[in-house]
Amino acid sequence: MTGHDAVSGTGGTPVETTTGEVVLRLTDVVKTFPGVRALDGVQLEVRAGEVHCLLGQNGAGKSTLIKVLAGVHRPDSGHVEWLGERVAFANPQAAMRAGIATIYQELDLVADLSVAENAFLGHEPRRFGFIRRGHMAGRTRQILDRLGHAEMPPNRMVRALPAAGKQVVSMARALSHEARLIIMDEPSAVLAHDEVENLFRIIRELTAQGIAVIYISHRLEEIREIGDRVTVLKDGRTTAANLPARETPTSDLVSRMTGRDIEYVFPDRPAETVVGDELLQVDGLTRTGEFADVSLTVRAGEIVGIAGLVGSGRSELLETIYGARAAETGSVRMAGRALRPGSVGAAVKAGMGMAPEERKSQALLLGEPIYRNVTLATFARYARFGFTNMGRERAEADRIAESLEMRPRDVRRAVRTLSGGNQQKVVVGRWLLGDTKLLLLDEPTRGVDVGARAELYQVIRQLAAQGVGVLLVSSEVPEVLGLADRVLVMREGRVVRTAPADELDEPTVLDLVIAGSLMEGAAA
Amino acid sequence: MTDSPPTTKLPAQSPPVDPAETEAAGHATPTATAGPSGGLSWWHGDGGEGAKRNLALIGVLLALFVIGAATRWDLYANPDWVWANMLSILKLASVVGVVTVGMTFVIIGGGIDLSVGAIVALAGVWCTTVATQSFGAGGMIFTAIIVGVAVGLVNGTLIAYGRLVPFIATLAMLVAARGLAAEISQKQTQISQNSTINGIASTDLLGIPLLVYILAAVVAAGWVLLNRTTFGRRTVAVGGNPEAARLAGINVKLHTLLLYALSGLCCGIAAIMLTAQATSAQAAMANLYELDAIAAVIIGGTLLSGGRGTIVGSLLGVIIFATITNLFAINGLSTEAQNMVKGGIIVAAVLIQQIQFGSLSQFFRRNRLTTS
Repeated sequence: MTGHDAVSGTGGTPVETTTGEVVLRLTDVVKTFPGVRALDGVQLEVRAGEVHCLLGQNGAGKSTLIKVLAGVHRPDSGHVEWLGERVAFANPQAAMRAGIATIYQELDLVADLSVAENAFLGHEPRRFGFIRRGHMAGRTRQILDRLGHAEMPPNRMVRALPAAGKQVVSMARALSHEARLIIMDEPSAVLAHDEVENLFRIIRELTAQGIAVIYISHRLEEIREIGDRVTVLKDGRTTAANLPARETPTSDLVSRMTGRDIEYVFPDRPAETVVGDELLQVDGLTRTGEFADVSLTVRAGEIVGIAGLVGSGRSELLETIYGARAAETGSVRMAGRALRPGSVGAAVKAGMGMAPEERKSQALLLGEPIYRNVTLATFARYARFGFTNMGRERAEADRIAESLEMRPRDVRRAVRTLSGGNQQKVVVGRWLLGDTKLLLLDEPTRGVDVGARAELYQVIRQLAAQGVGVLLVSSEVPEVLGLADRVLVMREGRVVRTAPADELDEPTVLDLVIAGSLMEGAAA
Repeated sequence: MTDSPPTTKLPAQSPPVDPAETEAAGHATPTATAGPSGGLSWWHGDGGEGAKRNLALIGVLLALFVIGAATRWDLYANPDWVWANMLSILKLASVVGVVTVGMTFVIIGGGIDLSVGAIVALAGVWCTTVATQSFGAGGMIFTAIIVGVAVGLVNGTLIAYGRLVPFIATLAMLVAARGLAAEISQKQTQISQNSTINGIASTDLLGIPLLVYILAAVVAAGWVLLNRTTFGRRTVAVGGNPEAARLAGINVKLHTLLLYALSGLCCGIAAIMLTAQATSAQAAMANLYELDAIAAVIIGGTLLSGGRGTIVGSLLGVIIFATITNLFAINGLSTEAQNMVKGGIIVAAVLIQQIQFGSLSQFFRRNRLTTS
């Protein structure tokens, strides 16, 4: 299917419920980077007052498209019509002045400036060269009020705000520019569940005021809840435009993104899980303000999943078990032997391996070749008298790349050039060398596309089948339920429920996970 | 709920470091199996980019040679003079060159050592005290090296375990070590009476000065250490991504400590060489060597933010500086003009580096990591 077909209607029934006039229209937009056609004929039509969702796998061209709209990149061909005129923004400031505001995943706020200073950064109301602080605070207050956050003090340092608050400030900045289109790149990724509700409320208020929103998310249920129309991108092309967000069947959307029909593809559970001896014993582990009195066990060959929100202490718990943080009280034992608290070296020596939450900042040397990343924890074992054996390392990494179906296969390539899924394979693959007995996985599929996800799930299952214990943290409940044998639900630093995965379902877990936060939200 | 640091909450795909690349990666994966990062696999410690950059530096050296020939053809017409001049450039580069090898390790490891000149002075002064000289050449060499390593260990301990910022810790050491050197020497120039030590600077082997052999040996050892040993691998890992290194089980603190000790060791060796050249030592010796060494490392293509760099590049950086000095000397120009040109070269090298590697964004990312 070509982009043209999709736009002319074969891609789905166009919705007529959105009454606003078309504010933005992209026709056949192409953008190439050396060696890559990042955008290869994109069509997009956004109306005033609608939430237009962009859907597509990693690498489908969403980020490039946003950057074209935000004035970061200029398209090679095709045209962009904004408010009825053809435009080509020379730089981000030009796009901003024209009324297009972009809120990136990584919020570009200045942590040590106040809410008002951030909202009006670069266009502070001035008189005789002096900032009119009172005026600026007043206008910020108005904007915050429009966003339904009148309670936020304009003079509060942004550093002191939680992630959700920072997002509100980003939106305030967009409104301070009188933006008529706000592009949000995965805004929910940094938010807890109840905060997402609040985000949606804000979005609804914005669209009620006639502002158009382009909303990007990997989560289909969000798109259903907040979206009006959906445009699907695949390999830099529009594969379907203006689908109704609520009515279009999931299978339809997913197949347009991938050619596949299901979002989660879990390998079949083995007929019987062969669970070995107790491998990891955690007793009464506590770190004040993070988690309290956590006890758990993982047996050889068992996959234990921890479900919980961001901030429930799950990542901190994992890092403490691994020795990357020192526990205040409690103990961690591997095969009966207590580990020295706060020593990663001791944990690794005892057979633990960890794939941390933030691949790029916590796990990878992006500029270094794949094989050196794969052998980062083991290169000393192949060395002789301190001299590295690079031939052996490459061979071992090759073997790992082969078995994990890493693409590209050439292990001399820099990790930087890999997609998220393949980078994750590098991190997991690191612990397949040597004798890892227990693998700690923190959000192993974040930012990983559907295909690579399925492969990672397969790998995790295989490892368990080989007798490796796995402790898995994920904010995606279906992932925990689909993969784990046993599930621990964490809330506010405590384990509130432990049960075999088949005794739990998604609503139950979500309920357990969220209950506390809702109460906290009400109190605030 | 707000305890976990904000950096850990950000989505993994997000850092907009290189927009083209992130998208490109996704696209390229199905087809891009061709085109390895570089055919020079034997050179891999330096990577393809490093090799290319080193060729560019050699080009700069050739250009300087051409300039020299153009301005003083009367001298350059004589091959014997050219050879002798090259040797004198290398001899001029040898002491700073040794210091630069240690500096390269520290900077690749994500740190900086501002105290190298002061360590050279302290080691030089300490090994030429009357008491030390009474132990002979061996005692003097031993003392210089022990003093260098010891000061490096103090630096490393303060930085790795005292969590001082490298810039501040070594700045403090710069002041303190020069102070101690002045105290020990009582601000006097201490003459080296030892003919073996003094002979290091005046001996030639096969027509090449011994100092140049020492430089070559230190550079060769440094290259092997960086590119062929686990120590070198750890250095790159610790400098490139300290958190990743730590979570892979590398003892980042211990390694950081060792890096500064290594720098101190190089300073100890340099102290002997410089003392031999001057046949004396004083508290003001090796003044501003830290700047020469850092500049050479940067020109050599090592990222100031750590994680990538080459020994060969640093060596070429030192030689380029020495050649410029030589060029100005043979043309009878002032050192002031010379310093201005050097400053310009440093800026040009860093600008090229930023364009080539996008290191500015890396630098910012790294800063965020370390301050959180």
